[in-house]
Amino acid sequence: MAVAVEHPLDKYVRTEKLPTLWCPGCTIGIVMTSLLRAIDQRIREGLLRRDQITFVGGIGCSARIAMYVRFDSVRTAHGRTIPLATAIKILRPEHKVIVVGGDGDICAIGGNHLLHALRRNMDLMIIIVNNMIYGMTGGQVSPTTPLKLYTTTTPYGNPEKPLNIIRLACSLGANFVARGSATHPHILQQIFYKALGKRGLALIEVLSSCPEIFGRHIGITDPVKSFMTLRDKIKVKNNPSLDESEYDWEKGFVIGVYLDKDDPGYIDNLSLLYKSLRGF
Amino acid sequence: MEKRSLQISMARARHKIVVISERCKECGICITVCPVKILDKSSLRNSRGFRYPVASDENRCIGCRLCEYSCPDLAIYIL
Amino acid sequence: MRIDYISGNRAIAEAAIASGLKFFAGYPITPSSDIFEYLAEELPRRGGYVIQFEDELASIYAVIGASWTCSKAMTATSGPGFSLMVEGISIAVMTETPLVIAYIMRAGPATGVPTKTGQYDVFQAEYGFHGGLPIPVFAPSNPQEAYDLTIKAFNTSEILRTPVVLLSDASIANMFGKVLIREAGEIEIIDRRSIEILRKKGCEWSLDDVYEMKCVGDGYDIYVETLTHDEKNIYRPTTDVQRRLMWRLYRKIINNREVLFEYSFHNYGNKRCRNMIITYGSTFSSVSEAVRELNKNEEDFCVFKLKTLYPINEKIFYEKTRDVDKIFVVENNVGLYVKEIRSILRDKDVISISVIDLEYPDPDEIVERVREWL
Repeated sequence: MAVAVEHPLDKYVRTEKLPTLWCPGCTIGIVMTSLLRAIDQRIREGLLRRDQITFVGGIGCSARIAMYVRFDSVRTAHGRTIPLATAIKILRPEHKVIVVGGDGDICAIGGNHLLHALRRNMDLMIIIVNNMIYGMTGGQVSPTTPLKLYTTTTPYGNPEKPLNIIRLACSLGANFVARGSATHPHILQQIFYKALGKRGLALIEVLSSCPEIFGRHIGITDPVKSFMTLRDKIKVKNNPSLDESEYDWEKGFVIGVYLDKDDPGYIDNLSLLYKSLRGF
Repeated sequence: MEKRSLQISMARARHKIVVISERCKECGICITVCPVKILDKSSLRNSRGFRYPVASDENRCIGCRLCEYSCPDLAIYIL
Repeated sequence: MRIDYISGNRAIAEAAIASGLKFFAGYPITPSSDIFEYLAEELPRRGGYVIQFEDELASIYAVIGASWTCSKAMTATSGPGFSLMVEGISIAVMTETPLVIAYIMRAGPATGVPTKTGQYDVFQAEYGFHGGLPIPVFAPSNPQEAYDLTIKAFNTSEILRTPVVLLSDASIANMFGKVLIREAGEIEIIDRRSIEILRKKGCEWSLDDVYEMKCVGDGYDIYVETLTHDEKNIYRPTTDVQRRLMWRLYRKIINNREVLFEYSFHNYGNKRCRNMIITYGSTFSSVSEAVRELNKNEEDFCVFKLKTLYPINEKIFYEKTRDVDKIFVVENNVGLYVKEIRSILRDKDVISISVIDLEYPDPDEIVERVREWL
């Protein structure tokens, strides 16, 4: 479709694939635009090169970000993004490798890979768009679905306690751990901006509203209401402590940067070990 | 002379709201987040049947870009 | 050029280095681990990377990722590991990612006897993944062939942009033999970046269905699509596009059957080949021993050893079997690959001789079983 007007971010988007597949009011698009703004900011400041950014996405609604951005992007099977990104980073260490995926993609089926990437402090930026449900497959329970909630595969309520991704990431030695929310795009952009400058693993959990699927389960299907419901649950803190990372749909969520350190990442360790071996 | 140029700048809105109507999915987030509440659903529909937003009074736009930042579909921006 | 006395696994590793291997990802599994260990020591010195991942799933995807940076990449595994990798191989087939998997078969099913041999997984190597598009499978029967076929596997994967399986087994893995090692420069090494040159120059390969590969870091807009896509790499869920894609991916391999199909034919001085034994892999050693015994009675046995299990060049099959009365297919399993041969040689008497043995099949047993049919 020929669109005469051009959005400021169009240069980073495969516009031929727009409109996106996301449902009306799905906030994954906000996550994508916030990320693109952060990238744009870094590129304009000369801190990042456009041809040195690689997106890796798996399967799921949020993984489609990799489909719409106009950078090198690789899509792969459900949950297998992290090992693929790891290999790209090892062979293209100058690249900023960004993994995008949903809570199901990265925490459930790709959970093992996440665990080991965190342990390695692998130099990746992992963005987990957490909408607390399996959206693309029609509303099944995910590892981050709130307790007792109805889903299509837990029709009598979810008996499982949801996963606190922040606590997991902090305990395993990532360099940068933050939680953002799609309802707060400015803060999200700042978090992404910071994360893009980190070595080692940067993990960002982004809470996102899903009016169509999650909304149906909680009884709020209106996009605006769904957006506002999540926004009302968000508390912004400057440097929240780990105890404040508690993941509870009833009590709300604290967003902010939970961990920010500068340990050597995997690539640093690897090149140090290989340096004497190769003489470069 | 001075007076005339002032009039022109008063008449012309400081911020221009551009809507790429074909990308809009009528979620209404931009309308809700706008702090001065100048956006509203258009009576017209785009080719997929969505009523995209229109600004009722562009002059009142304060240029906060909350609509631009909160649009999931890259459908609205401020010039 | 040098001659070395090495094991089958070591030959694979040496050939991989000679082919320009840049990245190896793996997970330890008997009997493939010594490929991994040897490369872990050797490859980093030559500018490559060898990484142990958390499982075989991660390994195969890491290999796919590495391949998308235009680096030659491989992994090595055995039956249970390959079962985990099949998901990724299907992705590699769809995304046309060149990679090599050294599949060292062991006695199965399940965990079976990890240190012992068998040929149980021929079909898994060929058809094990969803999508129904088989990939080239090479089966060496001694260390020298392991070396040569590994080089061929890398060249095939690069030129046809496809995953390739090198199907060895525990016996060959630990079999020592003289191997003529040719260094890079003495052998033809094809790189995916030279496909366009080959296409212009003209070559024995059929390259009509192969597209040029752009990698991560070449520009800024490559897009690797795992969904059904058209020629412009855009997702199109239509029958028309699905058909075009499926047939292209299928033709890409099958139209090169003449280049890919390798075999050796042994008539042991017989003028006529009345009885033919078809075999592949480590079972060939037992078969050649058995044939010596069988030929004593002037039965005129010859052996047709397959080095490529997929794709098969039917023309050569028809040619070789024109005057043959009986065909015996000797395998170290319950009789699997014989089904493939029966589907080609429909008018011939194809007899399955399956000898399950944790070591090499006993030649005497083969002789006994074959004589039952004479």
